[in-house]
Amino acid sequence: MKNNLKEILFNIIVLLIAFITALLLGSIILLIAGVNPLVAYQAMIIRPFSSIYGLSEALVRSIPLMMVGIGISIAFRSKMINIGGEGQIQLGAVAAGATALAIPGIPKVIAVPLVILAGFTVGGIWGGIAGWMKAKLSVNEVLSTVMLNYIAFQIYLYLIRGPLIDPSELAWGTGVPQTARMPDSTIFARLIQGQRIHSGIFLAIIIAILVYYLLWRTTFGFRLRAVGEEPKAANYAGVKVDKYLVLAMVLSGGMAGIAGSMEVIGVHHRVLEGLSANYGFSGIVVALFGRLHPIGVIPASFFFGLLLIGAEMMQRAVNIPSALVISIQGLVILAVVSSNLVLENPKYRKKFLSLFIKNY
Amino acid sequence: MAISDIFNLALRILTVAVAVSAPYLFAGIGEMFSQKSGVLNLGVEGIMMLGAFVAFYFSWAYDSILLGIILALLVGALMGLLMAFVSITLKAKQGISGIGLYMFGWGVAGTLFRLFVGGVEDITGLPDLNMGFLSEIPVLGELLFSHNILVYLAFLLVPLSWYVLYKTPWGLKVRAVGSTPRAADTMGTNVKKIRYQCVILGSMLAALGGAYLSVAQANMFANDLVAGRGFIAIALVYFGRWKPFGILKGAMLFSVANGFQRWFQISDINFPYEVTVIFPYLLIIIVLALSHGKFAEPTALTVPYDREFKG
Repeated sequence: MKNNLKEILFNIIVLLIAFITALLLGSIILLIAGVNPLVAYQAMIIRPFSSIYGLSEALVRSIPLMMVGIGISIAFRSKMINIGGEGQIQLGAVAAGATALAIPGIPKVIAVPLVILAGFTVGGIWGGIAGWMKAKLSVNEVLSTVMLNYIAFQIYLYLIRGPLIDPSELAWGTGVPQTARMPDSTIFARLIQGQRIHSGIFLAIIIAILVYYLLWRTTFGFRLRAVGEEPKAANYAGVKVDKYLVLAMVLSGGMAGIAGSMEVIGVHHRVLEGLSANYGFSGIVVALFGRLHPIGVIPASFFFGLLLIGAEMMQRAVNIPSALVISIQGLVILAVVSSNLVLENPKYRKKFLSLFIKNY
Repeated sequence: MAISDIFNLALRILTVAVAVSAPYLFAGIGEMFSQKSGVLNLGVEGIMMLGAFVAFYFSWAYDSILLGIILALLVGALMGLLMAFVSITLKAKQGISGIGLYMFGWGVAGTLFRLFVGGVEDITGLPDLNMGFLSEIPVLGELLFSHNILVYLAFLLVPLSWYVLYKTPWGLKVRAVGSTPRAADTMGTNVKKIRYQCVILGSMLAALGGAYLSVAQANMFANDLVAGRGFIAIALVYFGRWKPFGILKGAMLFSVANGFQRWFQISDINFPYEVTVIFPYLLIIIVLALSHGKFAEPTALTVPYDREFKG
């Protein structure tokens, strides 16, 4: 247990160093943009804590981040890189929205699970396509998920501009591409009066724990991880590698699909443009920060929820475009994957530690 | 449709295809060098965005396309250096580090565009060459002798890179470090150095491909200018089996299909707009599915080289 704690602490320290390195590199961009990095980062880090609004919005963002992060961790565990989160979120959201609109008046205890299930299913199918193509045709999953993202985006736009558009948008002639409001029976309760934080956060945490059990306490999970660690050995041991690759991607896409559903019935109460908000990409950073572990993803998603709202506040404070946060996330990814050298390779780990501790 | 109409349409589509295939050739051949040496660079899209922005910005603000392209190449080299450092020296997992690079390039290009330009601005793009009587030849003149200089450079790159890869000592080293790095190391080849060179060269070509999009094709910059072309270029490397002429074949096939799609969009045929936009991405998925099989892949692709690792 003591060793375990030491291990976690070591991980956190290395991740923080990686994060700070990324912020330092990001400050170069801020300097090019003519902004004082200290002022910008101060706004980013301090402001979210200074109001209920800031904290609530951080949690609102952490919900989709958590779901996508869990999904990406599942995929990573079977050595699949799922960067199709955006498309899976969007299609999950639109499926959830269509389902919710089709079942007004059904009791909440049935309606909400149905809506979530719809998002999970469609997101899962979308992820599963890439999994199937990898398993059967050995198509690089990064490329297929990227292409599926572009396709999903167009389907999404087509649906919310066309068949699913709010009839009153047509009646008023405004034509904003969004669906009608979700029926009340499908909507998550808000936790704080006047803030957007909703009860979906409990569902997300429960799912994180369930996925942990699935991956580490069941044969299914053991096999899924075995496929990622040693595909050849798993194959000799009689594990159907192809099947687990597809299932990992189905689960992964399904989680992103749930993220989309919860954005619809928890935050926006409609399906609208820009709903996925790059969570599909930010989720990659969250998963890496959570060390690809469903439980680790929980704090990581809170951390990045704060970062995202902090970046928005920074944008307002020093007038920096929001795209900057994407570049900082990119740097965080680069820094974290580089730090794997110290985290996983014993030789470099020793070198790294001896920098700080004499006679390690 | 009369026969002459069909002929004219085919000519139009082919002419457009020759021009729009150039960025795929630059980025695809660049990625081929990187992968041949054993490094999978998935950040091509981000590098292209940054290259496109830099070339656009300096053409717009300083009226010099040449300066824009030179600086785009420089920025491409820096991005390549970053990717090489992370993937080769720090041995990071290449699939993920490439995505980091992609997000970095995308974010920086978006930020700088918003800050320094703000909105849509047109520039005078690279002019088409006028080759005198050659450009006057019916049919062939339009098809072959009326493009801008970068198009010719892109097509010249195909035989050139083939020659470099298969007929020069350096090319032999590239192939060696990408398939049997330990043997190459034993023979005295500096594995890391060759890989650094290939990743940087590949990134510079990707940036040039991006620059082509902004200063020679669209004559403007927008956040969705590259629109997945970087990833498509990587897909074409798979399709082309890591061979320059294979990539050329893929780029041409894909560009002709793209030409059809554009014609479809502007023709009177009533079709949901979104479906025509989906078409190229769907096509790439089909292309990837058809070019499966790993037999041509460089065997050490994505495997960092560790001299002390006995494996």
